[in-house]
Amino acid sequence: MAEEVKVGCARPTGGPVGQPQGKGPEENAPAQAKEVKPMIQVGKPAPDFVSPAYHQGKFTQVKLSDHLGKWVVLCFYPGDFTFV
Amino acid sequence: MWNDHELTKMVAGGVPFPMLSDSGGRVGTAYGVYDPDAGVEMRGRFIIDPDGIVQGYEVLTPPVGRNVAETIRQIQAYQHVRASKGTEATPSGWRPGKLTLKPGPDLVGRVWEVWKPSMERE
Repeated sequence: MAEEVKVGCARPTGGPVGQPQGKGPEENAPAQAKEVKPMIQVGKPAPDFVSPAYHQGKFTQVKLSDHLGKWVVLCFYPGDFTFV
Repeated sequence: MWNDHELTKMVAGGVPFPMLSDSGGRVGTAYGVYDPDAGVEMRGRFIIDPDGIVQGYEVLTPPVGRNVAETIRQIQAYQHVRASKGTEATPSGWRPGKLTLKPGPDLVGRVWEVWKPSMERE
């Protein structure tokens, strides 16, 4: 399961698993040919990802596919202290 | 910090599940909830089953909050359907212990005989 990460100021950010890293959209010229990704579909696999997390006083890494076998609720929110 | 300053005042012991960071919005982009113009994620909520399949989602713009009770109701319904190996289906508003339907040729056009809209509120 989730491994604890050393506390530091520069923690790596997360991202989708299995996607090419370090290529911004600008480098994938031309702009018009920008691939339009379909919205997530029910009944289809959830995109796997790994992301830095805070859980009960510790920094960890959470990988979605580590939770296969359990029901998962994944919630996104705009930011801390955003009221609702 | 949010957990320490505010959330612990709402939930004893703080948030019991991991709180993830997606500072570049890359995970949100993969899930279609990241708004690059505003630089924030919308209030998305995805139910993912034990096989990693998305069974349902809801996405709201920032000013309206979600409904945890409805999320739990949906998970209970999906768990029931899964336990029945897909032989049962849950009508609208279903809650544990209430009538389920067994889809099949015998039920086509005859749902009205066993289920009424008023049962959703009972």
